[in-house]
Amino acid sequence: MWTHKHLLGTADIDAARAERFFARAEHYLAFLREGERKSEELRGKVVVHLFFEASTRTRASFEMAAKRLGAEVVNLNPKGSSVSKGESLLDTLKNIEAMRADAIVVRHSASGVPHFLASRSSIPILNAGDGLHEHPTQALLDAFTIRRKRGQIHGLTVAICGDILQSRVARSNALLLGALGAKVRLVAPRTMMPPAAEALGPTVTVHHDLDEGLRDADVVMMLRIQNERFGGAMMGSTREFARTFGLDPGRMGIARPDCLIMHPGPVNWGVELSTRIESLGDRVVILDQVESGVAVRMAALSLLLTSGRAVGDAAVAS
Amino acid sequence: MSAIVLRGVHAFDPSSGVDEIIDVVVEQGKITRAGRDAGRELAATPSEKVRIILGLSEQGNQRWLFPGFVDLHAHLREPGNEAKEDIKSGLAAAAAGGYVDVCVMPNTRPVNDSTIITEWMVHKGKAANSARLHPICAITTGQNGEALTEMALLKEAGAIAASDDGKCVTRSDVMRRALEYGKTFDLPIIQHAEDHALTQGAEMHEGAISARLGLRGWPRIAEDIIVARDVLLAEYTDSRYHVAHLSTLGAARIVREAKSRGIKVTCEVTPHHLTMTHELLIGYDTACKVNPPLREAEDLEALLLALADGTIDAIATDHAPHTASDKEGPIADAAMGMIGLELCLPMLLGLVSSGKLPLARVITALSSAPAKIVGLAAPRIREGAAADLTLVDRAEEWIVTPSQLRSKSHNTPLLNQTVRGRVKATLRDGIFIHDELEGRRP
Repeated sequence: MWTHKHLLGTADIDAARAERFFARAEHYLAFLREGERKSEELRGKVVVHLFFEASTRTRASFEMAAKRLGAEVVNLNPKGSSVSKGESLLDTLKNIEAMRADAIVVRHSASGVPHFLASRSSIPILNAGDGLHEHPTQALLDAFTIRRKRGQIHGLTVAICGDILQSRVARSNALLLGALGAKVRLVAPRTMMPPAAEALGPTVTVHHDLDEGLRDADVVMMLRIQNERFGGAMMGSTREFARTFGLDPGRMGIARPDCLIMHPGPVNWGVELSTRIESLGDRVVILDQVESGVAVRMAALSLLLTSGRAVGDAAVAS
Repeated sequence: MSAIVLRGVHAFDPSSGVDEIIDVVVEQGKITRAGRDAGRELAATPSEKVRIILGLSEQGNQRWLFPGFVDLHAHLREPGNEAKEDIKSGLAAAAAGGYVDVCVMPNTRPVNDSTIITEWMVHKGKAANSARLHPICAITTGQNGEALTEMALLKEAGAIAASDDGKCVTRSDVMRRALEYGKTFDLPIIQHAEDHALTQGAEMHEGAISARLGLRGWPRIAEDIIVARDVLLAEYTDSRYHVAHLSTLGAARIVREAKSRGIKVTCEVTPHHLTMTHELLIGYDTACKVNPPLREAEDLEALLLALADGTIDAIATDHAPHTASDKEGPIADAAMGMIGLELCLPMLLGLVSSGKLPLARVITALSSAPAKIVGLAAPRIREGAAADLTLVDRAEEWIVTPSQLRSKSHNTPLLNQTVRGRVKATLRDGIFIHDELEGRRP
C-alpha cells in the first residue's frame, strides 16, 4: 500500500507513479554524485528509526538519506528498552508521536506491523521491512537500478532466485517489477517456495531449476540464503545449494549475454554467489544497488515529509 | 409464575417432526401442552400467574420456537483469565445466543485436569442460574500430551467429555490410550487436530493469501494427518472419537469415509468456518486470526456439503473471547480465536436464507446432535419434555456493538456489522435465562 501518507508496500505502485518516483530519485542520485551532498530540504525534521530487527545496511542507507536532506535521525533500539519490557507497539507509537517526531522508519520481524502502525499513526510510516511481507524501498531501488542500466523495465525477464518463502525482497519485487511490465521468474527448491507462489505478482512464473529460470533472462537477482533460519530442514547443505542453485559465471551462459547480476546484500559469497562472478565486470551491479538505495530513500523521505511539494511531484505520493 | 403460554409461535423441531404454528404451554419447568390453540384457554383468562408470549413481534414478524441449543465447544476463561470472560458472563452470552447447555473447554489457568476444578466449575455454573455448564476435562495432565487424567473421577465430578483443546494429543501412543481409557468410562474423547510440527509459528491458513501477506502458513495437511491417524486409532480400539472444529475439505472426506466404514467418529464445525475465508486476513485484521485458521472457499463449500449430508454432526461455536489488547498489534502477536455464542445463530440463518443449508440441518446440528455426542438429553418440543426452548425473531436486524453483547469480549470480524436474526428469549427448565421480549433487558 502506498497512500499519500505512508510507504508500506509496493502493491499499489503503478507504472506512472513509479516513473515520477524514479525521476525524483534520479535527481537525488545526481545530487549525491555531483553536488555538495547536503540539502536543507528537510531541515528541522526528525525521523525516528524504529528497528525491532537487526539491520546494518538498510538502517545506514536510510540514515544517510535523511542526513543528506538535512533531517535529524533518532535511532531507537527496542532491545533493552521499554519495548522489550512489554510496552505495546501502540504505546511506543503514541510516545514517539507525542515527542513530535515527523516520520517513523520501521523494521519488524512480524508481517503487517507497519500497516498496524499506519492505521493508528498521525505521522508518516516508512516500511523498512516487515517479516516475510514487504521491503518496498528495496524493490524501488532494485527497479531504479535496472531502469538506469537497461533504459526500461517493460518487457525484461527477471529471475529472482533463492529463499522465496522467507523473502520480503522477493515479494516486493514480484509485485513492483510485474506492475512495471517485467516477467518475473521465481526460482527455488520446493522447500523454499511458498504454496501458490504464482499469486505473488501479476507476471510470476515458478521454477525449481536454476537453468530453466536463467534461460534468456535479462536480470538475475540472487537472494541471501539465511542458513541460520532453517534448522537444517530446507536444504541438505550450503555446499549443495551452491551446486544446485548458486550462481557462477559458467551458469550465466544460458542467460542473455548482457544479463545483470543483482543481490540485495549482504552476500554469502560461495553460497548463492560464487566469488568468480566478479569476472563478469560491470554486469554485476550490487554496489550500484547500494548507491541507488540512498537516492531512492531520499526520494521516499522527501515525498512523505514534504507532502510531495518539491520537484512538482505532488501526485507521486497521492 | 405458574405458566408460560407461547401463542401461535412457529415451532420447529426436526427430531420431533414439528414444523407448524402452534401454542406451547410451559408449567413447572416442562412443556405440558403443545398443539394448535393448546394455550387458548389459559390465555383467555388473564392472570398474573400466566405470562403470554405472542407469536408475532411488535413489528409483525413471525416468532420461531426451537429446541434449546447445545454448544460442545466454548472457552469461558474462568478460572484464570477473567478479564476475557468468566463463567457468569459466558453463560449469559450463551443464554443470549439461545443455548441451554454449554460444554466448556479445559484450557483455563490452571488447566481443568483435576476433580477440584471440575467440581468448582460445576458449582460456579449452577450459581450463575443460567445455561447449564458442563466441564470438559483435559485428556492429559496440564494438557501436556503425556500422562492421562483421572477420567473416571473427573466424570464423577461432572466432566462430560475430555479434550486437550488448544493443543493436539500428538503422540500416537497417548492418543491410543486416551481412546481406550475414555471408552472404559464412557467419556467421549475430543481431539484438537493439529500436527504442531507442521504449524510452527503459523499465523493463518497456508495458501495464496499467506504467501502474499508474508504470514506463516497453517497447512490443511496438519489437520488431515491427525484426523486420519485418529480415525485409524478409533477403529483399532473400537472407541468413540470426536473431532473439534473440523476445517478442511480433506478432513471432511476422511470422516465421511470413516463413517461409511462404521467407525464411531463424530465431528463439529464452527459458524465462522462455514461463513468466512482466508481473504479476510488481507489488511491484517487480528479479529480473523483463529485456530484452526479461516480456510478457502473450496473448504467452506466442502464443509457445507458435509454438514448437509450428515458427515458433520454438530455446529459448535469455539467461543474464544479475548480482550482488545490481546488482539492488538501484528497478526504474529495476536491471540487466536473469536467469540461465537451470541453470533452463531445469525451467521447460520444467513446460510439458510441464501439456500446453502436447510433449516432442519442447522437446528439439528445446534441441538439434538451435539446433545447426543456428549450424552445429554436432547431438548425437544413435545409434551412432557423439559422446557428448554429458544425463541427467535428470524427477521430482526441488529448491529453487533459491544453494548449488544453479554460477553466481556468483542473480538469478532462482525463487530459493527448488521446481522439478521435475534434470540428473543431462552428458557431452561422453564426459567427465562434470557429475555428481551417487550423491551426487557436482562
